[in-house]
Amino acid sequence: MTDDAENALLVAMKGVTKRFTGVVANEDVDFDVRPGEVHALLGENGAGKSTLMNILYGLYHPDEGTITIRGVAKNFSSPRDAIAAGIGMVHQHFMLIPSQKVWENMILGLDDIPAILPRNEIVRRITDLSEQYGLRVDPMANVWQLSIGEQQRVAILQMLFRKANILILDEPTAVLTPQEAERLFKTISQMTSEGHGVVFISHKLDEVMRITDRVTILRKGHVAGRVDTKSTSREQLAEMMMGERVPFSISKPAIEPGNRVLEAERITVLGDRGFPAVNRLTLDIREHEILGLAGVAGNGQQELCEALSGLRKLESGNVVLDGAAISGLAPRTFIDRGIRYIPADRKGTGLVPNMNVEENSILKKYWSHPVARGYLIDWKHVFEFARSLVSRYSVSTPSLYTPVRNLSGGNLQKLMLGRELSDSPRVVIAMHPTWGLDVSATRFVREQLLEERKNGAAVLLVSEDLDELLALSDRLAVICKGELMGIIGDPSAVTLETIGLMMAGTPVESIANNTGGLEQCG
Amino acid sequence: MRIGSRPSSGFLSWTIEKRLDAPRRLQFAIPAFSLVAALVTGAVFLALMGVSPFEAYSAMFRAAFGDGYGISETLVKAIPLSMAAIAVMLCFTMLVYNIGAEGQIFMGAIASAAVVRYFPVDNAPAMLLTMAAAAGIAGGVWAAMAGYLRARWNVNEIISTLMLNYIAIHLMDYFVYGPWRDPASLGFPMTAPFPDAARLPLLFGTRIHMGLFAAVFLAILFLVLIRYTRWGYEIRVLGENPKAAGFAGINYVRNVILVMFISGAIAGIAGMCEVSGLQGRLQHGFSAGYGFTAIIVAWLSRLNPIAILFVSVLIGALLVGGETLQIVMRLPLSSTLILQGLILFFVLGGEIFRTYRIRFRREDA
Repeated sequence: MTDDAENALLVAMKGVTKRFTGVVANEDVDFDVRPGEVHALLGENGAGKSTLMNILYGLYHPDEGTITIRGVAKNFSSPRDAIAAGIGMVHQHFMLIPSQKVWENMILGLDDIPAILPRNEIVRRITDLSEQYGLRVDPMANVWQLSIGEQQRVAILQMLFRKANILILDEPTAVLTPQEAERLFKTISQMTSEGHGVVFISHKLDEVMRITDRVTILRKGHVAGRVDTKSTSREQLAEMMMGERVPFSISKPAIEPGNRVLEAERITVLGDRGFPAVNRLTLDIREHEILGLAGVAGNGQQELCEALSGLRKLESGNVVLDGAAISGLAPRTFIDRGIRYIPADRKGTGLVPNMNVEENSILKKYWSHPVARGYLIDWKHVFEFARSLVSRYSVSTPSLYTPVRNLSGGNLQKLMLGRELSDSPRVVIAMHPTWGLDVSATRFVREQLLEERKNGAAVLLVSEDLDELLALSDRLAVICKGELMGIIGDPSAVTLETIGLMMAGTPVESIANNTGGLEQCG
Repeated sequence: MRIGSRPSSGFLSWTIEKRLDAPRRLQFAIPAFSLVAALVTGAVFLALMGVSPFEAYSAMFRAAFGDGYGISETLVKAIPLSMAAIAVMLCFTMLVYNIGAEGQIFMGAIASAAVVRYFPVDNAPAMLLTMAAAAGIAGGVWAAMAGYLRARWNVNEIISTLMLNYIAIHLMDYFVYGPWRDPASLGFPMTAPFPDAARLPLLFGTRIHMGLFAAVFLAILFLVLIRYTRWGYEIRVLGENPKAAGFAGINYVRNVILVMFISGAIAGIAGMCEVSGLQGRLQHGFSAGYGFTAIIVAWLSRLNPIAILFVSVLIGALLVGGETLQIVMRLPLSSTLILQGLILFFVLGGEIFRTYRIRFRREDA
């Protein structure tokens, strides 16, 4: 490549190597971003994508290799330097301050902010950016009260607020609906049309094929391939990612569902902000059945899951398990009766990051025999249990004494899944169980859910991935603004368009008549 | 994560990077090195005061460990320190910041003196057990009040426990200056001496009292409770991730109140040991700020009950050595406090090397 061509690049990383204690995260990786392109970074969990991007963002210093931004060699010592160079990153786990308001988060880490914060000015800019890029969010809301999807919008806005012209998006669509994703894609194309560069990290091959210009595939810390999107295919990308062909389809044997296990009877639940998040919602889940729940992020899914697992108080209505009302009982009772919840927020809710694999494995059973013997915990038994869990659910961890904060997303999920599913639950409530997982981990999680279905559990699957919902669900419920838009008895018989309409707020019964007046949800 | 870098004058620059895992050998190397660094800095300070640091340190060491009397004085100070440190350690494990151990010590002392005054019996075991129970309940209730406020209305327990300290300290002053003052005390603010039945037995003919066994027993008891019981697991999960605790059905409200009560009870019993074992009466200023120093001890020990025993002896020795500095070297009391402060500063500052490391690299440019 000539010097001119090199100078024209927004980003050029050459020969980047990064080792952590005993692990090579990146080895001799070259990566570049051209002006006006979307460059996808593809790879399984632990392939080194996040490490590479954290290096570009100044969070890590490479052991070897160089970074050049617009032809100028850079040596970032902190994200502050990277931001100054125009690089913005939206992480999978958003770097936001939950206790602060949206507008306060915008100015996080900025230098040239007056001592008295110009709140109105900031709010106005947020509103402008929100409208320009279709990232709707209330600047005055507290971040901790926002859903994961809304928090992501804040994180993206934060980078746009800093006028980043090289934007790194780590799994950006994982929490978005098709409609929202469409809007994000428009945002991205608007950025690229202005000459900005976007690094797009994703596992969704369809999206990569659709919106990117080039794809770099990482495998085990090395570059496994770099192709122009135009001249490749999903299958080829998947193959380069995994090094072997993994079939995409999943076999779901037909099973006749049994009795009703879990029922919600006209339940109303308040969200953190004190407004009803779930509104007089009624549904039931039967034995041997997966009930899918589709909906735009932040439309009451989390509150519903928490209410069904006993973690959130009902305002009205009833939760019924095997014909007996259980609403109002202690969360512990829900667990003891076999209701298992796999929350979306793995590190924040599902696991204790600073505790080790062994200690995390018993979070849902430390009080019952044989883990507990009277008041004592039988750590010998726990060790055996954790060891079998790790091998059965193929959790890859250096040891049982490793704090789980050091595990990758896929392994965190496998550990949590194993813990929740290990003693044949009656009900499994899984929220975004494959969020941010690579292809093989995703496949594993789905198989486990189907296995529970086979064993007779009633499964509620909340997902943003419509393909996943359609492939796994026996029936599909659609939620919008906390209300049920309807339950589709045979998901394979309806079009994606119908589901999209329901997610946008049209009840299923009015779709047949094709009444207009759609109201956008989310 | 790198938090800073600075090119040095030559070609070498340094950066600070996050470690993924702290090597085991650093567990002891870091605090030991920090201690040495604190003493070296303290030496500079002593030299500025016109005292030979070597002489001062050796005088301190001899005073604290040089003879039987020194050792016994060190242990006498280590007893209330370690008990109070175990008390606050329990709260810190759950991320509840009880900094009211001092007040709970005072409440325990008041309660045990009240038992001696109003319900004296001439049977040592019965007398002492009643005193301990009263002290435990008084200290426990004192702390549990803050726990209840925290659990029920989310009142910051740091503020409430701190404020409760002053109330307890002045409450005791009210009794020793007022209704409980010994007429034979020539006006000194103290109660009448306790009868023999209300005195904890002394050991080996020194001033060391039975509280020593209580401290060791409590350290082992809480090591087992925290590591091996369901309850210990619960409070560790509550401390590390309250959300996950709620997710597992662990009751936060009940545990905050319970942990505060137990913590206060231990501190209260420490107060009882101090008046019954050492002073033999309730008197103004009987605690040398043990409840506050205990916070330092608990942190230095990284919330490990057994480490608390050893760190308490170390801090006890520093207190005894400090008294010597005043007497022999004619240095003011504040010089001891400065040394204590330096040790805390360095040991806590050294913690950064557990999670970060410095890397040197050659600049090619």
